[in-house]
Amino acid sequence: MHASPYGTSVKGFREGHGPRFIRIDALLLLAVLALVACSLYTIGTATRGDIDGSPYYFVIRQAAYCGVGFVLMLLISRMDYSRLREWRVGLYGAMIAGILLVYALGSVTRGSKRAIELPFFQLQTSELGKVLLILTLSAFVVDRIRQLGDRETTSRIVLMALIPAMLVIGQPDLGSGLVYISIVVATLFVAGTKWTHFAALGALGVTAIVVVLVAAPAVGVEVLKDYQKDRLTAFVNPAENPAEEGYQQTQSLVAIGAGGKTGRGEEATQTKLDFLPEHHTDFIFSVVGEEFGFMGAALVLSLFALLIWRCLRILTMSKNLYGTLIAGGIVAMLMHQIFVNVGMTIGIMPITGVTLPLMSYGGSSVIVTFLAIGLLQSIHAQARETALAKGRDLAI
Amino acid sequence: MYLDSDNRRPSLTPTLALRVAMVSGVALVAFALIFFRLWYLQVLSGDKYEAEAKQNQVRKLIVRAPRGEIVDRQGRVLVDNRVGLAIKVSPKGLPSDEGDRSKLYGRLARLLDMKPGKVRKDVERQLDAVQYSTATVKADASRPIVQYVLENKDDFPGVEVERVFLRSYPHRAVGAHLFGTVGELNKEQRKDQRYRGVALGDRVGQSGIESQYDRFLRGKNGGNRVQVDALGTLRRGLGVTPPQQGRQLRLSVDLDVQRAGQKALGGAKGAFVAMNVKNGEVLGLGSSPSFDPNLFAKVIRKRDLDRVYSKENGEPILNRAIQGGYPTGSTFKLITATAALEGGLITPDTVQYDGGSLKVGDVVFKNAGNVVNGPVALRKALSVSSDVYFYRLGQEANGSGKGLLIQDWAKRLGLGRRTGIDLPGESKGLIPSPKYRNDGFAAFRRCVERKDPTPQEISFGECGFLDRPWSVGDNVNLSVGQGDLQADPLQLAVAYAAIANGGRIVRPRLGQRIEDAGGRPLQELEAPPARKLKVKEEHRQAILEGLRSAASEPGGTSEPVFAGFKIPVAGKTGTAEKGAGRADQSWYVALAPYPSPKYVVAVTFEAGGFGAETAAPAARGILSELFGVSGGGPAPRGTAPD
Repeated sequence: MHASPYGTSVKGFREGHGPRFIRIDALLLLAVLALVACSLYTIGTATRGDIDGSPYYFVIRQAAYCGVGFVLMLLISRMDYSRLREWRVGLYGAMIAGILLVYALGSVTRGSKRAIELPFFQLQTSELGKVLLILTLSAFVVDRIRQLGDRETTSRIVLMALIPAMLVIGQPDLGSGLVYISIVVATLFVAGTKWTHFAALGALGVTAIVVVLVAAPAVGVEVLKDYQKDRLTAFVNPAENPAEEGYQQTQSLVAIGAGGKTGRGEEATQTKLDFLPEHHTDFIFSVVGEEFGFMGAALVLSLFALLIWRCLRILTMSKNLYGTLIAGGIVAMLMHQIFVNVGMTIGIMPITGVTLPLMSYGGSSVIVTFLAIGLLQSIHAQARETALAKGRDLAI
Repeated sequence: MYLDSDNRRPSLTPTLALRVAMVSGVALVAFALIFFRLWYLQVLSGDKYEAEAKQNQVRKLIVRAPRGEIVDRQGRVLVDNRVGLAIKVSPKGLPSDEGDRSKLYGRLARLLDMKPGKVRKDVERQLDAVQYSTATVKADASRPIVQYVLENKDDFPGVEVERVFLRSYPHRAVGAHLFGTVGELNKEQRKDQRYRGVALGDRVGQSGIESQYDRFLRGKNGGNRVQVDALGTLRRGLGVTPPQQGRQLRLSVDLDVQRAGQKALGGAKGAFVAMNVKNGEVLGLGSSPSFDPNLFAKVIRKRDLDRVYSKENGEPILNRAIQGGYPTGSTFKLITATAALEGGLITPDTVQYDGGSLKVGDVVFKNAGNVVNGPVALRKALSVSSDVYFYRLGQEANGSGKGLLIQDWAKRLGLGRRTGIDLPGESKGLIPSPKYRNDGFAAFRRCVERKDPTPQEISFGECGFLDRPWSVGDNVNLSVGQGDLQADPLQLAVAYAAIANGGRIVRPRLGQRIEDAGGRPLQELEAPPARKLKVKEEHRQAILEGLRSAASEPGGTSEPVFAGFKIPVAGKTGTAEKGAGRADQSWYVALAPYPSPKYVVAVTFEAGGFGAETAAPAARGILSELFGVSGGGPAPRGTAPD
C-alpha cells in the first residue's frame, strides 16, 4: 500500500526548513482506529444497563478520551521525537514526581492509591509513566551507547527503571510495575546489551522473586499484599475457590467459553447480569469473547497482531538509535499488556490488573496509548523524511 | 538537527536484526498460544461453558407443597393442613451494615419473644444453606404480630410475611401416637434414598403414620424459576410449576373408636388396641399419656419437647401400644393353654386339683388372693383364672421335650417378635427362656468379678438384674405371664385374634388406601398374607368357651364388668406383678361378639391394679363404641383377682 503524499500526510513541523510533507504509517493508523471502533462498540453493549437512564455514559466518555488521544497522537506525529532526548532529565523527574504525587493526593480505589482526581477524569500517573520511562530510558541508553558493554551501564539503566517500578508497585499497582520491568528489559535487549548481562539480571530477578514470595514471608516480612498473592495463586487453580479469588477468572472463562464460535449477542448473560466483573475495563476481552465469539476475539487479536507488526517494522526503519529504542520500549509495553490482559481472561495468566490497550475503558490508559502511537508515527514520519532526503524510498 | 548521534542513521545491524527477529518470535508464540487457548475454550468446549453460563443465571425458588390429608375409614379428617403466616427474612432487603442488622434482629427477637442471638443464628444458617431464598424466623406468627410488622415496615427492612402450610391435627391428643409428627428433613434422612427429591427445609414425617406413609403424603414442591444477576437480584420470572399436594391416605381407624379408647385410658399410663380379628385392620390404637402433635407442626420449643419426652410426665412420646414391654399376667394363659393342648400335656377335659398353691422345689406359688378353686378343667381354669392349674402346666412343660413348649407357642402366636404393623418403632418384647436367663447370668457374674460392686450397687442393677440362672420356677412364672416376660397390647391382640379366627396370625394394618384429594381411590394398600397356624378346632373352642365363661358366668373374673352388656364378650383379665412397692399392671383382652368374634380389644394400664378393676371397664367402653351400643353410663368395675 502506498499512501498518497497528500491524503495521509501532515504538514512539516519545523517551518524553518521550508514546507515538507511527513508521512505517517497508514496501516498502523488503520489498526488503531479499528481497535477504537471495536472498543466503543463492545463497551456500548456491555454497559448499556449499568447506569440507569444513561445507557451511553461509558461510550460517550471513552469516545471523548479517544478524541483527545487522537489529537495528541497527530500533534506528536508531526514533531521530531528526537528533541525529547534533550528533556530526558526533566521528563524523568516529572515521571517520578507524578508517581509520588499519587501517594500524596491520590484517591483510594479498592484499597490502592493509583489516580489523582481531576475535574473530568482520574489521572493515573503510572500510565503516563510508562511512556515517560520509555523516552528517558532510551535517551540514557543512547548517551552511554559506547559503554554498553560495561556492567555499570546495565546496572545504572536497570536501577533507573527499578526506582519508578518499585514506587508504582508500592501504590500498590503490581500490574503497571511489571510493565516497567518489561520496558527496561526490552530497551536493553534492543540496544544490544550482552547476553551475560541478561543472564545476571535473570539470576537477580529469580533471587528477588524467591525473596519476596518465600524468604521474606518466612521471616515475617510481607512484601506483597495478601490479595496480590491470592490473585497470583488463584490463577493456578481458579476452581478451588470460585467464590473468592478464583471467581473473576472462572466467570471470565465461562463467559469466553460460552461465546462459542459466533458469540451470544443479546443472550450474553455473563456480561449483562454482571457475573463478569470489571466488564468494561480489565475484562473487556471476555465481553468480546462472549458477545462475538471466536470470530470477534480473533478479529480483535488480528488487529493487535497488525499493530505489533507495524511497531516492529517502525523499529527497524527508524532514522536513529533513539527512535529504535523508543519503538522497542513501546513494543514491549503493548505486547506485555496484550498478552497479560488477554492471558488472564482466558486463564493462562494471573490477574494483575493490566488494561488492554485501546480496548479497555479508561482515560489514562487510552490517552497514554495514543501518545505511544503518536511517537511511533513520529518515528515513521522522520524515517520517511530522512529517506526521501537521501533520495531513497522505503517500501511501506 | 540537534545532536550529532542523531544524524548517524543506524543501518540494520546484524545484532539488531537478530534481536528484532527474536522479539517477533516471542510475539508470534504469544499470539499462537492465545489463539489455541481461545480455540479450545470457544470452539471445543463452547457447549460446556454455555451450559455453565445458563446455570449461573437461573435460580429455582421452592414453592412448598402441602402434605396429603389423613382420613379415617369413613372419610372423616384426622390430619390436614392449615395456612400459617410465617415471618421471613429476605437476603435482598437485609441492611448491609452489621450494626443495623443487629438492631433488626434485636427488634424481631423482642417482638417474637426470642433471643436475639438465636434469631441471628437461625437466619444466617438458613441463608448460608440456601442462597437467594428467604430464611424463616417464625413459622406461625399470630395476627397481631404480623399486623405490627406490616404497619411498621420501615423498622423491619427485609422482613416479609409469607403464607405457609402447616400440618394440623384437629383432634389434638387423640391418635397422636398413631398419626405421628412431622419435622424438617434431618441429616440422616438427607442421605437416605427414600427421601430423594425432598428439598432442604421440607417437613417430612418423623414418626407414626406420617413417617410410614411419607412417600404418599409428601407433596411435590413447585418451583418458581427466575433469572438472577451476579448479586442475586431477581431480574425476571422464567416460569412457575405449581406445587402438588400429597396423596390422601385413608386409615382403617374409626375416629369414634379412637376417641373412645383415648377417653377410656383417661390420661393414666396405658394403651389400647382395637383390631379386626380376621384381617388385622386396626380400628383404634392409642397410648396414654398423650401429647398434642400440633407442637411439632412448626419448630417445637425446647420446653415442649422436654415435656413430651420427660419421664416424670409419663413419657408422652412413648407409644405404649407397640413399644411398651410389660409382663401380661393371666392374659398369657391363653398361650399356655394353647401350648399345653397342642403339646399334649392336657386335653380340654383334663382335671387338676387347685388347692390354692403349688410347691415347686422350695418355692410355694400361690393363687392370687389365696383362692382355692378345687378340681378344675381348662374352661373353668380360664374362667376363674386358676393360677395353680397353669403353674402345673408351666412346671410340666419345663420338664418335657426341650423344655421350650410354652416359649415356642408364644413365639408362634406372635410374641417376642414385631407384629409388622405399619408403624415405625415397634419393639419386639421378650419371651424368657433358659438361654436368655443363663446367658444373662453369666454376664452378671463376669461383671461382678470385674467391678466388684457393693451389695447396694448390685441391688441398683449395676450388673443388670439377672442374678440367678434359669430354674423351673421361671417357667412356672411364665405360664401365668409373670416374671421376665415382655409384651405389648398389640402383640396380645394378635395372639387372641389367632385363636379367634382359626389360627391365622394377622399382620395389623392401619393404611387402607391411597386416594386423590377428592377421596377417589388410587391404590389399595393390600395386607400381606397372614401366617397360618395349626390349632385343633376342639382346642380352640375350649379356650374360647373358657374366655366366654370368664366374662359371662358367675365366678368368671370379668363377669361383673360385662353383666348386662348387650354384646356377648369373651375375655381374659390379667394382673402382672412388677416387684415390691409398684402397683400391678392391669390387663384385659376381649373378643366379641361371641361365638364368632369380629374384633379383639386389648387394654393395659401400667398401674391399674386388678385387670377387672380398670382394664376390663376400659375395654367395655371401647367395645360399646365398636358395636354402637350404649355402655349405659360408666362400666361397672370388677373386683375379682385373677
